[in-house]
Amino acid sequence: MTLGLEHFLILSSVLFAIGLYGALSKRSAVIILMSIEIMLGAVSIAMVAFSRYIVPAMLTGQVFTIFIIVVAAAEATVGLAIIIAIYRRRETIDITKIDLMKW
Amino acid sequence: MGLEIAFWILAVVAITAALAVVSLRNIFRAALCLILCFLSIAGIFVVLSADFLAAVQVLINVGAIAILIILAIMLTREVERGSLPNKLQFPVIASTVLFLCIAVFAVIRTPWQVSDLPPVEPTTAELANKLFGEGGFILPVEISAVLLLATIIGAIVLMREK
Repeated sequence: MTLGLEHFLILSSVLFAIGLYGALSKRSAVIILMSIEIMLGAVSIAMVAFSRYIVPAMLTGQVFTIFIIVVAAAEATVGLAIIIAIYRRRETIDITKIDLMKW
Repeated sequence: MGLEIAFWILAVVAITAALAVVSLRNIFRAALCLILCFLSIAGIFVVLSADFLAAVQVLINVGAIAILIILAIMLTREVERGSLPNKLQFPVIASTVLFLCIAVFAVIRTPWQVSDLPPVEPTTAELANKLFGEGGFILPVEISAVLLLATIIGAIVLMREK
């Protein structure tokens, strides 16, 4: 059984679903950020798989993946800075208790 | 044959590590499992013959982002409290399973137009041509440089003691 595009896309869907579950169902902001990183990794796998199987000579999906990695690094940096800033003020990063802007 | 075996091993490791990230109570161990998940994603990139991306994944995600996350765990007192679920367990699980079913169904039913050309190897020079060459992605590269500068300034401003 040779590897096809579907194998990688299903692996990517499963990882994305796990990340989605973690991002929606956890209290700790750090765990939510980690789940978002898993989702970004899953999307990278899908991008590289499309690039490998649909347009193998063009590498466009790999270029997109480089930008995904850049944006993920920026997002993690600012996200963790915000988390630590909130922790300094409120002594907690439980997102169910950070409800100042909740209607 | 070797690629298939490598793919299945890496897929199982990646999914197990991701499940461990969302299910372990100890946040520090969850961060270590996240590193394992990133490493197996880098292995999947190698299976897909994206060698440069695998190296970048190891350098940036495993080397930088994971260390940043562990540092944030150390700076906040999260390890004592642990990773607790919120009150939305049932709807979240239901919608995630629904999403997964729809995604897998769509992947299986779509007639992909798979090309049978061999992949480009090695990819580094080709990627550089794509990024910086004529008609390439030079504008997004410049924009991502501005984004990184804004990120650095933003992080410094957020973390500065008043």
